[in-house]
Amino acid sequence: MILLINTDLLVIGGGPAGMTAALKAAKRKAEVIIVERYHELGGQLTKQTHRFFGSKSEQAGTRGIDIARGLTKEIQNMSEIKVLTEATAQGYYEDKIVTVSYQNKFRKIRAKRIIIATGASEKMMLFENNDLPGVYGAGAIQTLMNLYGILPGKKVIMVGAGNIGLIVSYQLLQAGVEVKAVIEADSEIGGYLVHASKIRRTGVPIYTGHSVKSAIGESSVKGAEIIKLDENWQMITGTERFIKADTICLAVGLRPLVSLLIQADCAMVYVPELGGDVPIRDENLKTTNDQIFVAGDAAGIEEATAAMLEGEIAGLKAASEIGYLSEDVVEETRRLKRELKKLRGGPIGRKIRRGLSKVRGDDNVKKNRYSHLR
Amino acid sequence: MLKRTGIPTSDDLQSVTPDKERLLEGPVAIIECFNEIPCDPCFYSCPFKAIKKFDDINDKPELDYSKCTGCGNCIASCPGLAIFVVDYPKNRLSLPYEFLPLPSVGDKVWGLNRAGKSICQVEVIKVKDPDKNDKTAVITIRLSKKYLMEVRHIKVGDLDE
Ligand SMILES: Cc1cc2nc3c(=O)[nH]c(=O)nc-3n(C[C@H](O)[C@H](O)[C@H](O)COP(=O)(O)OP(=O)(O)OC[C@H]3O[C@@H](n4cnc5c(N)ncnc54)[C@H](O)[C@@H]3O)c2cc1C
Ligand code: SF4
Ligand code: SF4
Repeated sequence: MILLINTDLLVIGGGPAGMTAALKAAKRKAEVIIVERYHELGGQLTKQTHRFFGSKSEQAGTRGIDIARGLTKEIQNMSEIKVLTEATAQGYYEDKIVTVSYQNKFRKIRAKRIIIATGASEKMMLFENNDLPGVYGAGAIQTLMNLYGILPGKKVIMVGAGNIGLIVSYQLLQAGVEVKAVIEADSEIGGYLVHASKIRRTGVPIYTGHSVKSAIGESSVKGAEIIKLDENWQMITGTERFIKADTICLAVGLRPLVSLLIQADCAMVYVPELGGDVPIRDENLKTTNDQIFVAGDAAGIEEATAAMLEGEIAGLKAASEIGYLSEDVVEETRRLKRELKKLRGGPIGRKIRRGLSKVRGDDNVKKNRYSHLR
Repeated sequence: MLKRTGIPTSDDLQSVTPDKERLLEGPVAIIECFNEIPCDPCFYSCPFKAIKKFDDINDKPELDYSKCTGCGNCIASCPGLAIFVVDYPKNRLSLPYEFLPLPSVGDKVWGLNRAGKSICQVEVIKVKDPDKNDKTAVITIRLSKKYLMEVRHIKVGDLDE
């Protein structure tokens, strides 16, 4: 017999969004279960050894791993929260039940509300020989290096000059690995310029307007052929150049992990600014399925500060819908939304703002990408 | 150009460098943070309120050179490692450093410019790595005046390499 567990709130994913959501709801006395497929809480934060950007009030300046440790401790001290690690949410069923494989056993969970905070997965990039051993995703390299202390190689070519590419380059340098170059297809660096400058001054060249044409090597990476791109991202023949390396690291973007949301019939839209398919939701992060909220990178690729604020808003709203009302809910929600708005206010947030304008409102619901499945 | 290469231009730098008179007065922070990003820890780190309060978290930091004492408190607070303190009269530069091994006082090391080129030898005169800095050490070096505005990183290890 498969055990059925009942709870007020189920949080799927124990990254910063899921952790803050659980804490907010539990502090209002809601009974919460967090399921996390990894063996500890923290999500992306467990790999981030660098100091975080963002607002000081949401722990900017603190290293990602320390933010994760702090939140984990807070969660352990809350008797209202039950954490299941090595627990992967597998499916959402019509009877509003979520199935979970928990330490190799199957469980069913029925919750009054669900917050999906599953984060994101890495995008792959097409080029010749991209299946050669030595071609890694940035996430894999961070996991090897920062969690297990294993170096991926000695000489690395980084592909992608967004924040992830720049930060992982810096972490590789700190680990004593030589970063031969950062390759970026766009004509400008996408990540924060302070990150770019800090690797540049160690001597790492950043080639904007370039891409990888092919990985070179027989049984493993021996280098890469890079090539210049024109303004339409077309390769300019004759500009090929060989760079010697034993590792090619791809940091070309993330895509929200939304399969559970699709299963749960949440209306989805394709929003390139947010990284791919994302659910339509209102200001409280409620999707078109009344039982389900979304928060963090699963709602659109952004930053940890935004993920935590979204988690808090969703957690608060979910708790009050379940019936755990407290006087300060309105004021607190308003404050969180104000913070989020401030964060997304600048030029860096422009893309996010444009993306968000596509996930609200009835007109957008009609564009549901998966309605034909019904 | 900064957005293509990661190397700030002289125009960029001019906008964050105090005039000669202020430089001659003694140590002062140079904040090389050139794009509007949602970030503000530097403001909270300054005991002298020399960094203006951010109206909007996306604002670029603004330093009041007359209030800045060059104490260096802000250096390790910046996640972008973008803050340096230049002491013109004493030929000293303080910079953030997050690599191991840390240099020792008295060491001669390479001074690197913003493009990562070794341009001169410098002498390490202070190494501060207190717990409150959370693993970002602040290294003070002595170097020739003409390189004070050029050197922004050091390379520890054999000088012959
Ligand atoms: C290299 C790098 C550097 C970064 N630097 C910064 C920075 O300086 N400042 C900043 O603000 N942000 C930074 N970020 C971004 C930040 O880490 C993410 O935005 C943030 O972690 C998103 O939080 P999240 O909770 O939505 O997702 P995640 O942190 O990805 O957490 C999702 C969790 O869900 C779990 N999960 C997924 N599917 C399931 C399932 N089916 N069942 C159970 N569990 C599941 C995953 O195991 C994971 O633990 C960086 C990211 C990277 C990759
Ligand atoms: S050097 Fe000291 S006084 Fe000047 S800005 Fe930094 S913290 Fe403030
Ligand atoms: S802390 Fe550093 S990166 Fe952040 S705003 Fe201040 S100077 Fe810029």
